Amino acid sequence: MDNPKKDQSLFLKLIPYLDRYGILILLLLMILALHIMQPDVFLSWRNVTNVFKQISWQSMLALGVFMVIVTAGIDLSVGSIMMLSLMVLAIVAKAGMPWYIVVLVPMLAGLLCGMFNGLGITLLRMPHPFIMTLGTLYIFRGAGNLISGGVPISGFTDEVRYLGHGRIDLTWLGLEESQYLPVSLVLIAIVYFIFWVFMNHTRIGKWIYAIGGNPNAARASGINVNKILVIVYSLCGLLSGIGALILAGRADSGYPNAGLNAELDAIAACIIGGASFFGGRGTVLGVFAGVMIMGILRNGLNLMDVSAFWQQVLIGAIIIIAVYIDVLRKDFGTRK
Amino acid sequence: MLSSKNIVLEAKNISKYFGTITALENVNLTVREGECLGVVGDNGAGKSTFMKVLSGLYKPSSGSLFFNGNKEILSSPKDSQNLGLEMVYQDLALAGNLPIGENIFLGREPTKKFGFLNLLDYKKIKELSEAHLDKLKIHVKSAEQKVEELSGGQRQAIAIARATAFNSKIVIMDEPTAALAIKEVGKVLDLINSLKKMGVSVIIISHRMDDIFAVSDRVMALFQGTNFAESELSKTTRDEVIGWIMGKK
Repeated sequence: MDNPKKDQSLFLKLIPYLDRYGILILLLLMILALHIMQPDVFLSWRNVTNVFKQISWQSMLALGVFMVIVTAGIDLSVGSIMMLSLMVLAIVAKAGMPWYIVVLVPMLAGLLCGMFNGLGITLLRMPHPFIMTLGTLYIFRGAGNLISGGVPISGFTDEVRYLGHGRIDLTWLGLEESQYLPVSLVLIAIVYFIFWVFMNHTRIGKWIYAIGGNPNAARASGINVNKILVIVYSLCGLLSGIGALILAGRADSGYPNAGLNAELDAIAACIIGGASFFGGRGTVLGVFAGVMIMGILRNGLNLMDVSAFWQQVLIGAIIIIAVYIDVLRKDFGTRK
Repeated sequence: MLSSKNIVLEAKNISKYFGTITALENVNLTVREGECLGVVGDNGAGKSTFMKVLSGLYKPSSGSLFFNGNKEILSSPKDSQNLGLEMVYQDLALAGNLPIGENIFLGREPTKKFGFLNLLDYKKIKELSEAHLDKLKIHVKSAEQKVEELSGGQRQAIAIARATAFNSKIVIMDEPTAALAIKEVGKVLDLINSLKKMGVSVIIISHRMDDIFAVSDRVMALFQGTNFAESELSKTTRDEVIGWIMGKK
């Protein structure tokens, strides 16, 4: 009859693959399901590019938060960093600065905000990054409102809006004019590729994983843990600044509610994408899948006229299911 | 026989104070090439503090360290590593989420040029670490296996392999068998003996007399932060060493 031991070993053998590709399988299943339910619309050029435009700035925040989560930290301030960077951009743009300054300023602002987080966590020896970034979640948004007077500032030049709003014409490939490539899609691909190389193929990337796995091991290996943490939080801030630049292009406005609750979406995307809250685990590709799943879910449910309240319920359920799969994987995959 | 070998590490009159607390008072130590020195003492006798001074984690309040006869001032564990001293920590400084090979090379990863970028050389990490594990007769499925999948004894072996991967001359082990199953203790002790044969000096801290008597050439006891007693292993007994730990001669 059946040999239960053999079945189990087959299951055990599948775990590493499920671990690595499970989230992509889930993503493909969702795409397939939505395609079946909305065959004319869902996979249309217009809708697919729409999804990418919608997830463009969220994907930057999620990538930043992902690196922080790999160190077993958390950054609650990314939404506020984005808002502050956006407001700085708007003010500089309104002051009539040339576009290349306007484009650089939000990235610099984001980087400095992130560095502030990193230095606060390490120099002030905060018991957990949660505390520091909860503080700066309020501080950065307050600062953004202080410098802008709490009112929207609108109207940017095309150069400033290029990353968020630009189109790459594909008519030379024989495609129709409506079948353009959003610049933000290309930007996502480039940024994710750069950070994939950074996390998987550089020493600093390896040390980020090591710090998440065992900070004492990293320290004993001569790694300057505090320096790496400051780098990670700074890069997270920089990505939030890039997010601000994309949002400036999309919204053509700096507004006080920009990025409100965006930190929670970013954390959710990381968790759905397989990053562990305990640090040291997760992949750049997984985060991308996590962002896509959230984007597609919202898009698909909108297409089917499902209320936004159901979207919230579903995203919450997916977070819990994704983490439960992680718990199961740990039970099987790790020796205690 | 051993007394003719070079002294690779010498500590002279090391004292360490934490505020008004005296952790170490004029402690001396010598280790020769290929020798295993057992360090015993009760909790709070100053063993761990002393080892942290030797590895550069703590700065001594007074006293000096000599590596191969040269006086050295250590300002971090990096300095002692550069002088060939490695420490295997009690909490097994390994990152469970990383593979064996990457743990062995953590902080010292080989890289290769890719255009203007320095990227990790995974092939070299795998080859060098597997060759090193072979040399120490440590058997694992692959250097790409994650450390968290290993047993306690295997992890201890990897921690020791890590400490000896860069031609270190002196390895300090703090309670290397404390967390192990009995059947795994023997393997770790065998590993220490093969290190000695390779000319590596080992300082082992242990509460287990069995360990001390299985691998040490000499044993020294600390009591309340001072040198209390020291002897060639062949000239002492378990009962005498246990007496030293409790402060009786």
